[in-house]
Amino acid sequence: MELRIDPSVVAACRSLAARVARPVEEFIAGHSTVAVERSVLRLLGVDGVNAEEIPLPNLLVDSLSPEQRAQGVALAFGRALAETGLEPAALAEEIAAGRTTLAAYDATPAAAARGALAPHVERAMARIAGRREERRAALERAPQGEPPLLYVIVASGNIYEDRTAAVAAAEAGAQIIAVIRSTGQSLLDFVPYGPTTEGFGGTYATQANFAIMREALDVIGEKLGRYIMLTNYASGLCMPEIASMAALERLDMLLNDSMYGILFRDINMKRTFVDQHFSRMLNAYSGIIINTGEDNYLTTADAVEQAPAVLASQFINEEFAHRAGMPDRQIGLGDAYEIDPALQDGFLFQVAQAQLTRQIFPDAPLKYMPPTKHMTGDIFKGHLIDAMFNLTSVMTKQTIHLCGMLTEAIHTPFLGDRALAIENARYVMNTARHFGDEISFKPDGLIETRARDVLRDCRTLLEKVEARGLMDSIAAGVFADVKRPPDGGRGFDGVFARGEGYYNPFEEALRA
Amino acid sequence: MNIGQSGLVKPYGDTLDDGKVQLSFTLPIEWSEAADEAARQLVAKMGFADVQVVEGRRIATGFSFFVVYGSSTQSIDASKIAAPSAKAHAMSMEEIDALLRDRLGRKVRVAGACIGTDAHTVGIDAILNMKGYKGDYGLERYQMFETFNLGSQVAVEEFVRIAKDRQIDALLASQVVTQKGSDVKNFTALVELLEAEDLRDQVVLICGGPRVTNLMAAEMGYDAGFGRGTLPSEVAGFIATRLAERVEKTRGQR
Repeated sequence: MELRIDPSVVAACRSLAARVARPVEEFIAGHSTVAVERSVLRLLGVDGVNAEEIPLPNLLVDSLSPEQRAQGVALAFGRALAETGLEPAALAEEIAAGRTTLAAYDATPAAAARGALAPHVERAMARIAGRREERRAALERAPQGEPPLLYVIVASGNIYEDRTAAVAAAEAGAQIIAVIRSTGQSLLDFVPYGPTTEGFGGTYATQANFAIMREALDVIGEKLGRYIMLTNYASGLCMPEIASMAALERLDMLLNDSMYGILFRDINMKRTFVDQHFSRMLNAYSGIIINTGEDNYLTTADAVEQAPAVLASQFINEEFAHRAGMPDRQIGLGDAYEIDPALQDGFLFQVAQAQLTRQIFPDAPLKYMPPTKHMTGDIFKGHLIDAMFNLTSVMTKQTIHLCGMLTEAIHTPFLGDRALAIENARYVMNTARHFGDEISFKPDGLIETRARDVLRDCRTLLEKVEARGLMDSIAAGVFADVKRPPDGGRGFDGVFARGEGYYNPFEEALRA
Repeated sequence: MNIGQSGLVKPYGDTLDDGKVQLSFTLPIEWSEAADEAARQLVAKMGFADVQVVEGRRIATGFSFFVVYGSSTQSIDASKIAAPSAKAHAMSMEEIDALLRDRLGRKVRVAGACIGTDAHTVGIDAILNMKGYKGDYGLERYQMFETFNLGSQVAVEEFVRIAKDRQIDALLASQVVTQKGSDVKNFTALVELLEAEDLRDQVVLICGGPRVTNLMAAEMGYDAGFGRGTLPSEVAGFIATRLAERVEKTRGQR
């Protein structure tokens, strides 16, 4: 089952994406953000909150003078480490208690700071490498089973309830569990601390919650003889911090998109570009698979019309991920089954798009998202649409399959909803397992023509973006009809130019 | 209309007044034949007769799923039930613009937001954005509306401040997330704050979201509530009609 598409158009799209990303990368290289700096501290071992519940990484980065900040927090922190001889966690506590400040050691030479940082950097890198090795060994011992990998969401707001739901879903056949974040966490400029039992529409992403879920999934995975992957969100204002916590707690996947936050959460574009880069460098090293968010183009606008934008975004996401050192096998590009069910031959269009993505990104673990936009309270129709989505996924060999819920648009999934969704997917994927290998597309038929049209329009769109520049294009509303100015949106005040001598030890270690 | 002998209605399976209802649910117990029986007795205790557990199975350790049929022993007189719709103002964009031009003679200022922590702007965007929803243009497109889409996660206090500062005529509050009643809490907080600021009567206050009903909106003190599938012109028509009525009333008082 192969679409005959022109490889020269695909190659043209890739080189356009490279030209789109290049000027942005120059910007990224000259800047850092408060979130990048906070994740440096987290990796060094700074954690916890003060009496006012302010996370210590925030407290320390916010205490820097503009001159210190332009050098990166590592140097100021490293100077204090060198002078006090304390461990990072203990030093942060001292600063939080007001017994010392990062301003007190400005005279210490940078070389001493680097020297004091080195063992802690090495320890963090070794810990992350150890986590990556644990995953590799676990997957060897207990393989996941064949793709499409069934991915379900838990979202009760209470991490302990989520744990019950996740274990039940794993028993029912889920291979990946994603803990949806509390609504609004993407706009918090800090990561909450500790286990949490209250959230809205989801559960707060905290390092403690990560650890609780990881342990539960390891236990049930051993019991079932199948490694169960854990997913969370490195998106919003704390992308790189979540990426560092995820690396330390062995999450397996992170939702991480180079443009999603800009377009759909009004996060400043410069902030997002810088943050996504460092978070992806971390993800690359920790072996975490990213999931990009192209489904959002389809939920906010017409899915047939937006198909070229989805493909263009996939090319751009791939390019940014490559530039951060990610191999194809960790780049889970997104797509979704969101065409209006009332449209005649809509299923053919879905197949065209899914297969097109599969062929253009053959080594990417594609993430296929279920229908949400056209789901109503009619759970019976919803279950049927989900079945068609499941069929498309298995036919076109998608890798990560987010199971659609019959109660989508009604409530966050009940335990029984999840079981029904997994049964639906297992039934369809089993009964049609090799269907895609047995059929071929009619030459120049509806499906092939649609795929070619989408690819052609994607190239036109990328040409337009390349001509204007990515930042200007986003400002002009080229993507998803959303206009975002380069200096507008949330988190812009947390972006700063790197000064002479800027130092981020992890950036160096990750590049090595 | 099929009305049974009593004048009341019941669910209809294949015979009038058979009362047939299907239920499905999960019980937090390991599946066994006794679990099926537990499900049956539970549904009988809910007041259903002729209960049949047609499917019962284990879906996880300690959890079982059931599909059950029963006959309702209750009935209702549907002719006595009223649920007024806010969508009774079907007008086209041109008609709405004309009505406002004619009766108000000025642009109407509309502000919309996802209030509280809700970050899901799908609904408010469908109503306000130029593009609209299902081929029905959004309020931005109307000549007689000046719109302010404040986006997601707008604190109730901020929303009210903007309403005051920008002299807003109509406020649209959206809530998609309903977990643990967060939608009702936020909607209620908005009404209360508007009342405290003496602004409630100055604005047309509308709530929206997939779980919102007009009845629920009325109970919370809103002028109207719009649920799933609402078209922008339905909201626009309501605002225009309500404002036009207010103008009439003011004239009448003079």
